[in-house]
Amino acid sequence: MKAEKTRTLILEIIAIVFALIVLSPFILVVINSAKTSADIVISPISLPENWGQMITNMKNVINNESFNYWKSFFSSLFITVVSLGLLTLFSSMTAWVLVRNKTKWSNTIFMLFVAAMVIPFQVVMLPLLSTFRETSSFLGIQLLQSYKGLIFAYLGFGGSMSVFILHGFIKGVPYELEEAAWIDGCSPEGTFFRIIFPLLKPIQVTVLILNGIWIWNDYLLPSMMLGLNGEIKTLPVAVSSFVGSYVKQWDLILSAAFLAMIPIVILFIFAQKQIMQGMVEGAIK
Amino acid sequence: MKNNGGKKLFSTVALIVGIAVMIFSLIFDVISLKDANKKGIPGFILKEVQEQVKNAEGSDNYEAIIKALGVKADKIDDIENFKNVTTEKIQATLKELGSGNTALKAQLKIYDYRGWMLIAGVILVILGLYFMPTKKHRKIINILFLFPLIFAFAVTVLIPFACGIFYSLTDWDGVKFTEFVGLGNYITMFKSQDYVYSFVVTFIYTVINMIAVNVVAFALALLCTSKVKGRNFYRAAFFIPNLIGGIVLGYVWQFIFNKVFTTIIPGSMSMLTDPNLALAAILIVSTWQYAGYIMMIYVTGLQGVPKDILEASSVDGANSFVTLTKIKMPMIANTFTVCIFLTLVNSFKQFDLNLAITNGAPSRILNGKAVQSTEFLALNIYNTAIGRNQYALGQTKAVVFFIILAIVSLTQVTISKKKEVEM
Repeated sequence: MKAEKTRTLILEIIAIVFALIVLSPFILVVINSAKTSADIVISPISLPENWGQMITNMKNVINNESFNYWKSFFSSLFITVVSLGLLTLFSSMTAWVLVRNKTKWSNTIFMLFVAAMVIPFQVVMLPLLSTFRETSSFLGIQLLQSYKGLIFAYLGFGGSMSVFILHGFIKGVPYELEEAAWIDGCSPEGTFFRIIFPLLKPIQVTVLILNGIWIWNDYLLPSMMLGLNGEIKTLPVAVSSFVGSYVKQWDLILSAAFLAMIPIVILFIFAQKQIMQGMVEGAIK
Repeated sequence: MKNNGGKKLFSTVALIVGIAVMIFSLIFDVISLKDANKKGIPGFILKEVQEQVKNAEGSDNYEAIIKALGVKADKIDDIENFKNVTTEKIQATLKELGSGNTALKAQLKIYDYRGWMLIAGVILVILGLYFMPTKKHRKIINILFLFPLIFAFAVTVLIPFACGIFYSLTDWDGVKFTEFVGLGNYITMFKSQDYVYSFVVTFIYTVINMIAVNVVAFALALLCTSKVKGRNFYRAAFFIPNLIGGIVLGYVWQFIFNKVFTTIIPGSMSMLTDPNLALAAILIVSTWQYAGYIMMIYVTGLQGVPKDILEASSVDGANSFVTLTKIKMPMIANTFTVCIFLTLVNSFKQFDLNLAITNGAPSRILNGKAVQSTEFLALNIYNTAIGRNQYALGQTKAVVFFIILAIVSLTQVTISKKKEVEM
């Protein structure tokens, strides 16, 4: 019994040490965003003398022209929320039709979605830019440097995985439910929106989390479609463009990084269980 | 029945008007394309020019306008667009606009709305189809339900993918191509030293990272499923780095390597200045970022091991090491496959951390030539196309990148299928 106690104690110490190591970068960000540039050079690991400096740093960063925190934050939020909403709706619709119609076509389309999950972004990014540019100028709908274009791209890129996950779930929804509604005179779209769509909630949470984390943190797609110094910036793009113009000004860079991290950390504190579960489920499928 | 009549009328009208609007907008597209071609400048530039004229109402200051256009081009990192636009061409257009050619002005105005016309037309057609009273209603709904996502998917993934493979066989420059060069790009690519080096470095990084992440993650998973108090806190703590984007984390770690580590070990050089240590630095960060995520997958696997089997083994007197190697590990073999392939693919695709921590630096001398020592394939593709403007070559590298990933994924599918059969 005693041996087991000491073992647990050792494990506990190891766990604490590991947690400290893993969290130390975050601690460093917090303490150093409350220092002046000179203080950081003297000692980046000591506690700050005056926490009030953090407010000064934050103010400098928030109002900075190339970072523009609130604007980037709301751009990121808008892009993420709208993309997620449309993605969930459209991919549920697509997956439902594909599951309930067993034809050669629906099989082919589904296989295309599955196969496309292998395609890395790098192989489509250059032609995508030129396609979007040509389409914009031909149709007169601006796709580059605009919210529309980016959200449209997220629909396309997030679609295959979302359809794949939803497809697997809808297969398990009993068809009798739909038949009953059909016999009671419900239209197909009514059946979907009133009966099937609400049933998909648990799996839609997974789809939302997987795509949400990806879209929020994505850098390459928005940096190419919006440009590093364009009108619209997402948070990662804003951080990158800020670092580009304030090289080695660590007090400002770390404050910017701190501000960029806060939203998702807060979200994680409130929805810890769902986020961890959702991301793991998505990986296993 | 009365209701049906109204529906029929509405749907017919909506369909006809919608199709008409769409056709008109397409006609405008073609006219504007022709117009732009006549003037020798692309349509989107024409729009820019027009906007600048609006801003500088009445002024004949062409140079200022051209400068403004140039600045804008610079700002959007899109100089490619403006490559073929000479000053004279813009000047000619501006003169025409400024000389009171009202017809052109009016024309341009209509063109501005052609995008919205097209969207309105599409919406009308959708409504028309939706309200059409017919026995094939279910089929129509199916098509309407499939349309949005498949359209987006085709335009953003399938078409660019097909174009991409084709462009890799030409001398494409990001805008257009003039010549079909066959496998020329592929030969150039494999002959270039920076690519071969990048290939090797990515391979080394992928293998080491896969091993490091999985070992650390499995150890953490064992820790988090043991009897330690506050397991949930530790799980969350280890998981957090994975939620924050690689770009932001990369800059934070750049600070840690450049400032913090050099302070802790006085007199030491930053790890990022030595080619080998810089690679090690990226490995540290990616393991730190990714292990928590993989850990959670292992935790889920370990929790799935049935309790009665574990009890039976402890009754039989198996110590914890034997339980781990003889019972737990074989039982979660499937989880191992998932995690190994997941880390394999993700390490291979590493871009954000690579860009933010080292951006390829420092350089290393190889056969008397300098190469970027930590430039992984994804970054190499990006730098080739965007940085050095060699679009066709960059696209070729991307195609090879895709082929490797496809082979890895196929292997994974085959292995898991085999396992399923065995079970």
